[in-house]
Amino acid sequence: MDRFVFLTLDGLSRGAVYAAFALALVLIWRAARVVNFAQGAMAVAAAYVAYSVASATGSYWLGFVVALATGLLLGAIVDRAVMRYVDHTSPLNPVIVALGLVLLIQAVLGMIYGSEFRPAEAPFSRGAFTVGGLAVLSPYDLFVFGAVAVVVCALAWIFARTAVGLRMRAAAFAPEVSRLLGVNVGGMLTLGWALASGVGALAAMLVIPTELGLHPHAMDLVFVSAFTAAVVGGLDSPPGAVVGGLVVGLLLSYVSGYAGSDLTPLAVLVLLLAVLLVRPGGLFAPVAARRV
Amino acid sequence: MSERGDLLVVRDLVAGYGAAPVLHAVDLTVPAGTIAAVVGANGAGKTTLLRTISGVLRPQAGRIELAGEDLRGVPVERLVHRGMAHVPEGRGVIGELSVDENLRLGGLWRRDRADAARALDEVYQLFEPLARRRRHLGHQLSGGERQMLALGRALVGRPRLLLLDEPSLGLAPRVVARTMALLRQLRDGTGLTVLLVEQNVRSALSVADQGVVMSLGRVVTTAPATALRDDVDLRHAYLGF
Amino acid sequence: MSATSAATPPRERTTGVAGGPGGPRRRGSTLLRHLAVVAVAGLLLVGVSYAVEPFRNFQLATVAAYLCATAGLTVLTGLNGQLSLGHGALMATGAYTVALCQNAFYDRGVTGGLLLLVSLAAAVVATVAVGAVVGVAAARLRGPYLAGVTLAVAVVVPALTVTFDGVFNGEQGLSVPVEPPPLALGVYFPYERWQLWIAGAATLLALLLLANLVRSRYGRTFRAVRDDEVAARLAGIHVARTQVLAFVVSAATAGLGGALLAVLAQSVSPGAFGLTLSLFLLMAVVIGGLGRLTGAVWGAVMLVALPDLSHSVTEQLTLPAAAAQRLEGNLPLAIFGITLVVVMLAAPGGVQGLLSRFGRALLARWRVGRS
Repeated sequence: MDRFVFLTLDGLSRGAVYAAFALALVLIWRAARVVNFAQGAMAVAAAYVAYSVASATGSYWLGFVVALATGLLLGAIVDRAVMRYVDHTSPLNPVIVALGLVLLIQAVLGMIYGSEFRPAEAPFSRGAFTVGGLAVLSPYDLFVFGAVAVVVCALAWIFARTAVGLRMRAAAFAPEVSRLLGVNVGGMLTLGWALASGVGALAAMLVIPTELGLHPHAMDLVFVSAFTAAVVGGLDSPPGAVVGGLVVGLLLSYVSGYAGSDLTPLAVLVLLLAVLLVRPGGLFAPVAARRV
Repeated sequence: MSERGDLLVVRDLVAGYGAAPVLHAVDLTVPAGTIAAVVGANGAGKTTLLRTISGVLRPQAGRIELAGEDLRGVPVERLVHRGMAHVPEGRGVIGELSVDENLRLGGLWRRDRADAARALDEVYQLFEPLARRRRHLGHQLSGGERQMLALGRALVGRPRLLLLDEPSLGLAPRVVARTMALLRQLRDGTGLTVLLVEQNVRSALSVADQGVVMSLGRVVTTAPATALRDDVDLRHAYLGF
Repeated sequence: MSATSAATPPRERTTGVAGGPGGPRRRGSTLLRHLAVVAVAGLLLVGVSYAVEPFRNFQLATVAAYLCATAGLTVLTGLNGQLSLGHGALMATGAYTVALCQNAFYDRGVTGGLLLLVSLAAAVVATVAVGAVVGVAAARLRGPYLAGVTLAVAVVVPALTVTFDGVFNGEQGLSVPVEPPPLALGVYFPYERWQLWIAGAATLLALLLLANLVRSRYGRTFRAVRDDEVAARLAGIHVARTQVLAFVVSAATAGLGGALLAVLAQSVSPGAFGLTLSLFLLMAVVIGGLGRLTGAVWGAVMLVALPDLSHSVTEQLTLPAAAAQRLEGNLPLAIFGITLVVVMLAAPGGVQGLLSRFGRALLARWRVGRS
């Protein structure tokens, strides 16, 4: 029972990160109908920048802020400099271009930093509190929950309550009508990319200290898990992405705790296939809400 | 009407999709505070004309002037700032957004927030059913309610010129009649200028001051709507009634 | 000439018409033409294998192994419109099967020249089985979903070698014992030449089969499904079955390619079959020109030539050893990445598309000049 509680809490903490990363995927999917396969590489790049800043200044938090800023900027650049010029008539094209970016970003990171694992610093202790002899969350887990909760709430507020959020949603659902109503659709798209990439950078900053460390490929498996989370929730649904992230986090934690951590990649693949074959729209697919 | 009183002037407009133009040298003038109806058979180029005027489609040649200002090179999203509102074919209600969000979207571009809020209130007064369904999503509305929402959303921007593409499409005759009456009311009350494109010639000419008959991408005749209604030959040749 | 055209079966003629503007003028059996091309290519390869040094032989053999995989992926992505990021994993399946088979034979003391054929066949069969499973899933998925699933396959499968390290020996991988060239070829026959012969023969056979498939009724259904699924369904094509078939065919060739790579390197390890390999393969078919088998050749050549080139470039620069190593390891990736993006933005037809455009322009000029 103790173990179950521990694994559940640990899974939720991991899941929170997957939720953030999945949310980033869903943001771009909704805005541009593109699954950003380069998001993992972009997020790692932001984390490397944070690493450089933190080692130069000795301040984790300065690096943290710079990582988020780098994420935002990188998203905007990828949209403005590359994705805008992709022929979207075939859905293959943006995917292939994103994969080209993956190769490029990972290569550049490899050239600058090399491909050995670099230890990533955690700003809080990762040792768990014990309550009545039961190991529960660590301070770092609480930080992860807090950071993800802040981001999720901030995004929900932006999209539901602000004028720019309304513009972004309108631009995503009906670009041509939105332009007729004075919405700068291209600008909204760039903003969407920037926000998503910023959230991705945050997720990378949160997850990398809990894994092997910084590496150009550090987010590959995280990407697959987060993609699975997004698919579990339905690619179109931001709340679905959050729930999907927690589901995937719990599953991986149980599999690794009860069956061995080597099996987690296989578990992700099986879950992904199962969801896609049984409920391709995701577990929380909304009733057909298409514009007429 | 004098040249100064013309709100919209279109000269020698050539436009279309790809190499073959749909519009061949179209001329059109809409005086301020009047309603002009463009009528003609399917494929005459009516929708293309509206889309070119509102900038969705780039003209290959010709001029479009709004209140004496050339619109060349003005991006679509800036045209609302010049006082133009376009209700597109199929009305363009965004189904995923609520009624209130759809309406607010129509005034988001305006700097004068207070007046945008006032305009929103006025639209809710004008269209009672919308006020009752504020929180409903666009795709939950009936055809008539969508029509109100699309018109209302355009009016929130307090346009000088309203472009309407097939407002009668798919609506019951009673609803069409109400829409046309509303357009007349807006023209008389606020001085709104309307350019509407219609297949439903009878109801379009019933409300319009001026009728423009198009055929195969050209303007065949421009005349007062009453004269068109009475011109039996023309009706037979181009309008099919 | 007239006799040949009379002998042409009607089915072949319609194939020619469907093949494009050049089609109706084409005479003779497609199979014969392909056989002739393959025979010429085989002879050329044998000639080249004697003309160049052993290292080049080895490189050419590697090109041949990659070509198997890129040609299969071209059929899948270019002709059938299914994107697979998991072909590196399929190559791994073939490679590990060959390794396991060869080791099993050697452990039991079974030797003989034909054993390699058995192992290669087993590799193809195993990959077909895996490909069928993934293909059935893939046939129900579209666009980004398919890409995501195959990406997961590409990331997860290499990790399985660590999960089941009792069989696959984890990160270390397995060695692949391969017999030396037969003594009949002479005692001093270079091993690399023998490798080129094996890889070349297997690849030419695979290409022959693929080329005929592409030209056949099945090839047309592949393209029909790619261009418009609904129309294909209305025309009586079983879309899902066609997609699974395309996936299985391309898996078989990928498995063969992976098996050949393992035979060439005489070892397999998960590091060689990671996500990067899958992306390289995709890049190769895109740059070569999606949908053209000749484009697959360009892609495969580039896969071998670019790392070689970046090695020479790095040697020219005077850099500290660590930096040089980092640069050399990553320069090909960077070039591949940039090329992939630029090709997609600027020349979606790829190298082969550019070449044929260039060729047509030259031909037109030449004709104008003569008249």
